[in-house]
Formats: sequence, C-alpha cells, structure tokens
Amino acid sequence: MPETSNELSVSLWRGGAEGRYETYRVPRRDSQTVLDVVTYVQRHIDPTLSYRFACRVGMCGSCAMTVNGRPRWTCRTHVAKVAGSSGRLEIGPLENLPVIKDLATDMAPFFDKWREAKGAFAPSRTRADDIPRIRPDSPARIAADAAIECINCGVCYAACDTVRWNTDYLGPAALNRAWTLVNDERDAGNAARLGAVAASGGCHACHSHQSCQEHCPLALNPTASIAGLKRRTAAAYLKGELKP
Amino acid sequence: MNVRLYVWQRATAALMVPLVAIHIAVIFYATRQGLSAADILSRTRGSIAWAAYYGLFVAAVSIHAAIGVRNVLAEWSPLPERYAGRLALFFGLLLAALGARAVAAVVL
Repeated sequence: MPETSNELSVSLWRGGAEGRYETYRVPRRDSQTVLDVVTYVQRHIDPTLSYRFACRVGMCGSCAMTVNGRPRWTCRTHVAKVAGSSGRLEIGPLENLPVIKDLATDMAPFFDKWREAKGAFAPSRTRADDIPRIRPDSPARIAADAAIECINCGVCYAACDTVRWNTDYLGPAALNRAWTLVNDERDAGNAARLGAVAASGGCHACHSHQSCQEHCPLALNPTASIAGLKRRTAAAYLKGELKP
Repeated sequence: MNVRLYVWQRATAALMVPLVAIHIAVIFYATRQGLSAADILSRTRGSIAWAAYYGLFVAAVSIHAAIGVRNVLAEWSPLPERYAGRLALFFGLLLAALGARAVAAVVL
C-alpha cells in the first residue's frame, strides 16, 4: 500500500492468543496519541475491536499495549514519537499476560502476584490512635517515595525477561510495591512480606536486566527496589529472622 | 532461587575473589620461575596450608557452580525446580569429588 504523509498504516492484533495482525489506514493528526489511533479504528472502522482504557491522562494505568515491539502507555505515547516518517504502527497486547481478545490482556496474574508479594498495607494502629508522624526526609520515607508512584500499568511486567522465563516470578511491579511497604514505618506486615519476597520466585530470581527501569513510563526504578529487597532479606536471613 | 541459595552463592563468590587472585599469582610464579612438576610437588606434599587453601577453593567452587547450574536448569530447561535442584546437587558433588581428588594428588 502506498504511504501518504497524512495517513498511518496501523497493524492491530486481532483475536486471542492464536490471532493475527490486521492492517488499517488511519488519518494522521497533530498531537495524536497511540490510544487516539486505536480509538479511531474502533469508532470509525471496526466497532468489534477490544481494548482497555479509562483516564486518557496517564493516571489509571489501564491502556498499556505493545507498540512497535515495546510496551508503552498508549495514552501518553505520541504517534510522532514512535511511527517515524514511515507512518507505520504495529500495536499488540502486552507480553507475558494471557490475551483475552485483540488488545486486551487478562491482568489477573499480574494482580495475583501483587497479592502474593503482600502488596497490601497492613495497619499497625487503629483509628483511635494518633496519626504517626513520618519525617519526609527520613531514609526509609525517601526510599518509599522513590518507588511509590507506580500506576500498575503492567509495562514493566511485559518487558521483564525473568517473567517470560519463570512463570512463578512475582515481577518488578509487585516487588517494587513490596519495597515501598517494607519502608513504610506505619506498616505491620513486614515479617510475612519479607518471607514472601525471599521465597523461590521472589526478589532473588531477578537478573537485574533493568528492562523494567528502561520501560517504566513514570521513570521508576523497580530494579533498585528489588536490589533493596535482596539486601533486606539477606540481612534478615543472616540474623535468623527468615526461614526459607 | 530463594534467599538461602542467594546468600550462599554471593558468599562463595566473595570468598573466591581472593582465592582466584592467589591462584593466578601462583600460576604466574610457577611458570615464570620455570618450576617442574617435581619442584611443585616438593612444595605442596604434606603442606597443610596448600591443602586448606585448595580444599576451601574446591568447596567454594562446588557450591557456587551448583547453585548457578540449578538456576540455569530451572529457567531454561523444562525440568521442574525440584529435579533441577537434584541434578545441580549431583553436579556439585561431582565437582567436589573431582576437586578433592586433585587436591589429594598434590598434597598427599
């Protein structure tokens, strides 16, 4: 098909795990995002196209897809940045997750691992107690703040080689979340949390390839969080506080 | 890999840093001085120090390599983790036996 400067050639994954790419022609616009392109196809060409989005402003973490081979948040990815002068886009579902249909993946394994890593806050006080004072410049709070802005988009999970090789691996997002809670002075669940992330499939399975850091749309560094968990669990093991 | 294997692998790696450096220095010394096999054996036979040094080296290598092989098998082969662990244990014991035999040959 001949390319024109005001038109994009967009290949979208259609079907489930055994699907195929189908190509659509989409008008090119100024300041157009990849999510705009997918939405155009659904609204104007094929209303059966399935994909997931909510906020459109990079807060909800629901619109991540594989764009030209890289996992990206599509609502904040401009076409001009990824399509180049050829105007070609290949958009598929996230890697390392089961495909439901078209561009929508089943995020259940991702969030199951969040739970396995004890990623839920375990309160140490009741509402009758005073609110604890946390110093923003304390080392623990600085470590937690550096990792806290995760929006659960699954980009790091899709980019991770270890997740691809080892289905039991908890993955960068769940471990990053665990690291924020390990450094949360208000949390009371660290004994169980350190045990969970020190087991087989936990933080020690990480090879430090740093794909999570490379691809994280919020420029977080889950590899650093996982390294922190490795140090913390090793210290707890040597003190006899962990029994793997 | 769990935290126990992680600590053992890192600890044996740290232990091997000076052991490898000394081992390489010994090789350079022996070759540059033109020591014959008989010269070397005359220094190592009956030496508790050389037996302890290379005995420790063999133990560290056997543990470190076995944990690494276990990880490779668990990640890259279709073997379940417990079978990968058994194969790696066998590999580690084989390394330890071969290493102990070599150490015995030069110090006994």
